[in-house]
Amino acid sequence: MANVHLAVALDGTGWHPASWREPDARPAELFTAQYWLDLVREAESGALDFVTIEDALGLQTDRPDGPDERTDHVRGRLDAVLIAARVAPATSHIGLVPTATVTHTEPFHISKAIATLDYVSHGRAGWRVQVSGRAHEAAHFGRRVVGPLDDTQVRELFDEATDYVEVVRRLWDSWEDDAEIRDAATGRFVDRDRLHYIDFAGRHFSVKGPSITPRPPQGQPLVTALAHAEIPYAFVNGSADLAYVTPADADHAREIVAKLNVRHVFADLVVFLDPSARDRLDALDRAAYTSDAAVFSGTAEQLADLVLEWQAAGITGFRLRPGRLPADLRSITRSLVPELRRRGVFREAYEAPTLRALLGLPRPANRYFADRGARVA
Amino acid sequence: MPKQIHLAAHFPGVNNTTVWSDPESGSHIEFESFVRLAQTAERAKFDFFFLAEGLRLREQGGQIYDLDVVGRPDTFTVLSALAAVTTHLGLAGTINSTFNEPYEVARQFASLDHLSGGRAAWNVVTSWDAFTGENFRRGGFLAESDRYSRATQFLATASELFDSWPADAVVADKAGGTFLRDGAAGTFKHADAHFDISGRFNVPRSPQGRPVILQAGDSDGGREFAAATADAIFSRHGTLDDGRKFHADVKRRLARYGRRREDLLVLPAATFVLGDTDTSAREKAAEVRRQQVSGPTAIKLLEQLWNRDLSSYDPDGPLPSIDPEVSDGHIARGRASVRMHRDPLRTAREWRERAEAGNLSIRDLIIEVTGRQTFIGSPATIAGQIDELVQRDAADGFILVPHVTPGGLDEFADTVVPLLQERGVFRTEYSGPTLRDHLGLTR
Repeated sequence: MANVHLAVALDGTGWHPASWREPDARPAELFTAQYWLDLVREAESGALDFVTIEDALGLQTDRPDGPDERTDHVRGRLDAVLIAARVAPATSHIGLVPTATVTHTEPFHISKAIATLDYVSHGRAGWRVQVSGRAHEAAHFGRRVVGPLDDTQVRELFDEATDYVEVVRRLWDSWEDDAEIRDAATGRFVDRDRLHYIDFAGRHFSVKGPSITPRPPQGQPLVTALAHAEIPYAFVNGSADLAYVTPADADHAREIVAKLNVRHVFADLVVFLDPSARDRLDALDRAAYTSDAAVFSGTAEQLADLVLEWQAAGITGFRLRPGRLPADLRSITRSLVPELRRRGVFREAYEAPTLRALLGLPRPANRYFADRGARVA
Repeated sequence: MPKQIHLAAHFPGVNNTTVWSDPESGSHIEFESFVRLAQTAERAKFDFFFLAEGLRLREQGGQIYDLDVVGRPDTFTVLSALAAVTTHLGLAGTINSTFNEPYEVARQFASLDHLSGGRAAWNVVTSWDAFTGENFRRGGFLAESDRYSRATQFLATASELFDSWPADAVVADKAGGTFLRDGAAGTFKHADAHFDISGRFNVPRSPQGRPVILQAGDSDGGREFAAATADAIFSRHGTLDDGRKFHADVKRRLARYGRRREDLLVLPAATFVLGDTDTSAREKAAEVRRQQVSGPTAIKLLEQLWNRDLSSYDPDGPLPSIDPEVSDGHIARGRASVRMHRDPLRTAREWRERAEAGNLSIRDLIIEVTGRQTFIGSPATIAGQIDELVQRDAADGFILVPHVTPGGLDEFADTVVPLLQERGVFRTEYSGPTLRDHLGLTR
């Protein structure tokens, strides 16, 4: 059996809305660097592949159509790219995959932000691409009106996301690795033949390039996205290195995997590694917790069984969403990881220096290098 | 008590001030270079670390300009990472108000302020050029004349967002089940000619309330914008007479906005060359100038005035006898300084006369007419000059621009700073955790 890959999705005090009331939760520290540093270090102590950090261009809400006025759930969050950057110098091996929304933002800015995260982390950067079809987030920018989220609208959002990722990827390649020459004889700092205009022109935007940031250490930082349905499946097939999917069981996982051609398919799973936790939190919240992903409640041994079963269905890794932070994260690193090691399917220690390498992905050749070679020849 | 001096460290820029050919010159992109300069600045008890901005690679004659350092990181990302390796140093980023939106920039600065424990600063700059705009969704949408009105509204809008959460909004009372004191925290609504936005801001109030605001404009509009809104102004006026004039001018404008003289600091950019003696510093300074202005660089700088291809000219020969090309288009793109040659024909005439009188080659002349270092001398001389300029109100401190990356501040930190501390005009310890504390600004 091949090794399984493990990621953890960090969001607030955990994915259950009442998780902030757990005895060891630290809701008052959510907006401090130390809070995030402690979580990512815990994940790194389990040799996990990477953490993702949730984000959005609007306040959390329990309503589908706009912000609510609830005072009993966590509200407010810090920018995920900045959290990842803040944590990077204080960690050494774990991949850092912040969420960044493409719908209202600039591909030029995100490209250099993720490239710079790759520099400050020495090759551990990734990106979770997210679209926003929420009208209240659009109102924070005032540049477009978002209608009801029908298929046409969803197609449009992912069409823009496809162009966006293309621009970001071209910008990452817009400097060849050896563009900086520092040639004393001619006084040239760069060889401009190794810098490339990307000249992207699409329906949503045009971007000239090159990037202002040289090609990042991994060449192409890891591009990831969550996909629940056909339109996003098509998007990840064309644009991502890794997809997060939400199977209900192993058979469903097999069906989804068959539709995807990305190198890695990670199953998203909400986990409570204390069989009584979910009910206790539901009682506090006076509501039954539901999720877009399957919800697991049980022991580390039972979760390891599920991991192996879904792995056999073609899932290459898991993005576990801890119901409670730090409790379920600790159970992942201190109980699940040792259990998976006993079964011989998880690394004993980090064996590669970059996130791509941890996932068995090569450092890609630069798309523009071949062009130049052809021109010269 | 004498006036206290404020000092900042500018990461060496993407321009010919930075001598990349120096054997000590390291990477301009690897994180270690940023760590080194920031930690030197913090060891020397500087107020803040400063990053400039440039969102398109510069071009000249239709080609990417290749003689200076090229390439830089993303500002927010590198500053947030630096928060991990420093504890007190302010972290200032230049972010323009044209190719960004207030909601996103406000949450980035508020996040940086949280993640650094209250050390964020924002140098608000304007931009309008369609050249840079080609990298962004909206391209050249803004007329030059609208750039300060957009910047003013951008900053006003961002300030509303910073202020949209009361400081005590997050209660996090587990037993009582109350996370937020007020379910409407973060509510905002703003409509003007540039922005029409409303909703809920999603970052709680940060330690400083809002980042320290820096401004770098020099025009009348820029000075007025700074007087109305900024905590510090990053000026180009570093000499005694020029500095005093500028200092008096911007401080005079403050009253109009109900602000006190101490509410706005004037911090000119300054370069420096240190030597054991004044004589050896002068020799070193002349050598640095020759490194900064190589033969090819001299031709390129000359082209920026002549506005035409001068590649056939010998940098060690005389100035061109032909006149500058006067037209709307410009040979150099992506630089602010090209706007400074207001009357190229007259300037060219003056340069020719000066070259003939002094028997100067193109390179010699360019070295003379561009960017001599602000401070040249022994540590005692430079400490004395800085102190005098501050005590005589030519400045409230300086933003120092080393010419070597990343070690170019080490000597200043080791030799000049202790002398300023002995004079009692520069802190020996930080008095508080936030950048506002360092700058003596009220929250």
